[in-house]
Amino acid sequence: MSEPIIAEDGVELSADDKKRRNKRSVAIALGLIFLVALFYLMTIFKFGPELLNKPF
Amino acid sequence: MSTADIEARTELQALAATAVEHRISQAEPKDFFALMKPGVMRLVVFTALVGLVSAAATSGTMLLGPVTGAIALLCIAIGGGASGALNMWYEADLDKLMKRTANRPIPAGRVSRGEALAFGLFMAALSVMVLGLVSNWLAASLLAFTIFFYAVVYTIWLKRFTQQNIVIGGAAGALPPVVAWAAMTGSVGIEAFVLFLIIFMWTPPHFWALALFASQDYARAGIPMMPVVSGDAYTRKQILIYSVLLAPVAMSPWFLGFGGLVYGVTTAALSLGFIANAIYVYRDKNTENTNRAAKRLFAYSILYLFALFGVLLFEAVIKIAL
Repeated sequence: MSEPIIAEDGVELSADDKKRRNKRSVAIALGLIFLVALFYLMTIFKFGPELLNKPF
Repeated sequence: MSTADIEARTELQALAATAVEHRISQAEPKDFFALMKPGVMRLVVFTALVGLVSAAATSGTMLLGPVTGAIALLCIAIGGGASGALNMWYEADLDKLMKRTANRPIPAGRVSRGEALAFGLFMAALSVMVLGLVSNWLAASLLAFTIFFYAVVYTIWLKRFTQQNIVIGGAAGALPPVVAWAAMTGSVGIEAFVLFLIIFMWTPPHFWALALFASQDYARAGIPMMPVVSGDAYTRKQILIYSVLLAPVAMSPWFLGFGGLVYGVTTAALSLGFIANAIYVYRDKNTENTNRAAKRLFAYSILYLFALFGVLLFEAVIKIAL
């Protein structure tokens, strides 16, 4: 575990911290994309053709 | 630099160090995955899959198709993972003391307890909600109960206070096929209860075998596992009793007709093997050695459960295909 660099105006992330933060950000983005796809699939497969049979 | 400057800088560094401790996460995505206990999740997914397919084959009711079934399975897996994360959140102090668990994300310092709690609660809520939407609210309620039972009843109430912890707590690990059954059919029948009972009766000999060869670890952490509280000899006897009781329970799918001939024959043979291994453990009085018999029973018990449920799955798939 790398020691964080403490600057006078706050905390500066080390290279390792930044790398880990990037990985977490990518994971959150992928998670959100996955959830969007999941809810889309659920809607299509749960309701099926009934989705198109609604009175306008 | 004046003395006042040095003092101010030291104070700033102390404050920043505290802030660092609380603000900068050391976690990587794989640490959050590890929080979900992937090994346990594998068993949860497999037994739930058997519950789903057996429910469709036995009852003839199929409320879920392949895609919605896969989503339901994913929800059950995530729900199991959420229980694992909540378990690790609560047990971080104990995990630090045991060799087997010291490198888990929280005791190793990569994930904070707060992060684990938030992650576990979020995953629990997400899995229950999505399962309710994709299947039905009976299945979702059962999943919520499973998470509650594992995280609260087992982890918080039982584990530190009674040597019967894993007997009662085993109910949480036995529920996934019931949740899956409810998701597929909208109800819970006797067959689902039998699947529950098999895992429920299997859990004590499985975990006590582990507790026998890891008893020093458990003693160091102050967890009242049976070998720590009542000694090895008593535990070996209990393992044998439960192994004998497990055999007829494991055979009951065949008695009830939802397990076929292949299941009956395989289970009879494997149950005899289970009892034989339990007898070896019972006879292995020498605690000075490496508890070889207990390790063998532990490994055999995993194979046993996978084989039983694997055969049930195979028979159910054949039944649906025909």
